[in-house]
Amino acid sequence: MTIDLKTIKHISKLSRISVDDEKAKKLEGDLNSIFEFIEKLNELKTKDIEPLTSIAETTLKFRSDEVKSKNIKNQILKNSPEKNEDFFVVPKVVE
Amino acid sequence: MSDITSQTLSEIIKNIKEKKISSQEVTKAFVDRSEKSKLLNAFITEDFSTALEKSKIFDDKPNFDLKLPGVPMAIKDLFCTNGIKTTAGSKILNNFIPTYESTVSQNIWNEGAILLGKLNCDEFAMGSSNETSFFGNVQNPINQNLVPGGSSGGSSSALAGNLTPVTIGTDTGGSIRQPASFTGTVGLKPTYGSCSRYGIVAFASSLDQAGPMSKDVRDCSLLLEVISTYDRKDSTSIDFKRNNYSSELTNNIKGKKIGIPNEYRIDGMPKEIEELWSKGIEYVKDCGAEIIDISLPHTNYALATYYIVAPAEASSNLARYDGVKYGFRSIGKNLIDMYEKTRSEGFGDEVKRRIMIGTYVLSSGYYDAYYLKAQKVRKLIKNDFDEAYKKVDAILTPSTPSSAFKIGEKTNDPVSMYLNDIFTVPVNLAGLPAISIPGGLDAKGYPLGLQIIGKAFDEQNILNIAFAMEEKINFKNKITDWWIK
Repeated sequence: MTIDLKTIKHISKLSRISVDDEKAKKLEGDLNSIFEFIEKLNELKTKDIEPLTSIAETTLKFRSDEVKSKNIKNQILKNSPEKNEDFFVVPKVVE
Repeated sequence: MSDITSQTLSEIIKNIKEKKISSQEVTKAFVDRSEKSKLLNAFITEDFSTALEKSKIFDDKPNFDLKLPGVPMAIKDLFCTNGIKTTAGSKILNNFIPTYESTVSQNIWNEGAILLGKLNCDEFAMGSSNETSFFGNVQNPINQNLVPGGSSGGSSSALAGNLTPVTIGTDTGGSIRQPASFTGTVGLKPTYGSCSRYGIVAFASSLDQAGPMSKDVRDCSLLLEVISTYDRKDSTSIDFKRNNYSSELTNNIKGKKIGIPNEYRIDGMPKEIEELWSKGIEYVKDCGAEIIDISLPHTNYALATYYIVAPAEASSNLARYDGVKYGFRSIGKNLIDMYEKTRSEGFGDEVKRRIMIGTYVLSSGYYDAYYLKAQKVRKLIKNDFDEAYKKVDAILTPSTPSSAFKIGEKTNDPVSMYLNDIFTVPVNLAGLPAISIPGGLDAKGYPLGLQIIGKAFDEQNILNIAFAMEEKINFKNKITDWWIK
């Protein structure tokens, strides 16, 4: 299987990473060599194998749902690229 | 007394407790040496003046009952530190100041350690040479223009270069053991679920583990004892009875059965690695252990499995970096344009490559062919180990297929870079503990590591085997301080 430029553009859209044509060409080469390497798995028959979804076979523990406010609103907002009073600012979404 | 910075953690603790040196003297020694070692580029963030202040506070009211009394320490910049910039080696987080502390680092501070600074690493821990860091290459103290390994490359460099007595790294596919191997130091990846992942910048959640890096096995056992705790804040943290790893450390490994997996004799493996492995086998025999040939038949599929599972999980974990609430933001025409530009400019090439691989293998129509397939092969790899551990107590392999390579040597070929992790990746897929210890030097005088893989939760056993082997190997690193003018 090969990954073409159209697929690269599609993956770029899905992953919300803009890719220019030059970068897309480079990625096409890189991803194809990586997938060529990955295709090796097809040598194995795995029809009846259970997938391993979690390595730590534990049952999740419950905790009570308590509000623990540390009053760190300002520190959190300080990390935002743009804020207005107590809000995170983003470009206009609805025209 | 030998120079403070070349002492082991155990020696420093002993000297502090016996009041032969103060925390301030130790901290100043490491700060002074770090100031002279900028060329290594091991630090992303230095916190030297605060460290000196804290060491004075410790000395004014010392508590010698703590396990790390007044010991200064630098840690990988993947652990969130409350109020101190945490970048994960990425531009997208280059101004991020966490409002909380990772459990593993908190455990260290609770035992009296003092933060020296945050150490360089591959961007989001994705890399095997520390060359993907936004903050530049790190030099290996062993020789100029040699990579220190990765992703915990700043950690291994700072440790081998005597800028920190011990350190903590993280290991998703070999990121503690491979840099330890490249710098002649000791690194342990604990069993999945031993050390809390809370507050560690996530890469691949089913594989990530924090672990100790040190100059010898005793120090490694002591640091593991401090960082390995059950934590309710991490839903995959496992509540099991942890050993007192340092006090239970013994070199008596008589009668232990050590497995040698035939599949690790890969094509084109350098003769020096073969010889190192044979020497390692002789050492464990000398210690009274029994050697047993074993088979791990799916070894050859581990890397391909890893390069589906890890990017898939990464693509999902890194979806949070969108330029809205924290981190770097690029200006866009609209919200979507802002996301796309932020992520395009904020992430480096290797991270983008992996996000895109992950997005692809999880996308509609490909999930079964790639991700599900990889999870099934992962099961086969785990079954191999389960089968082997019916016959043996631990497994001995080389840590890496070569010694450290030159900076720039492998950056243009992602697959050849990935092959570095061929001996370390199966361990993460199976969730097992493994330790890398220096086994000797190659013809160039570069260190080579040996890896001991244990059963799940059997860290004490691999530490003991490593401890016994360390005595026999009697390894000496050849470091000339070439970077200090």
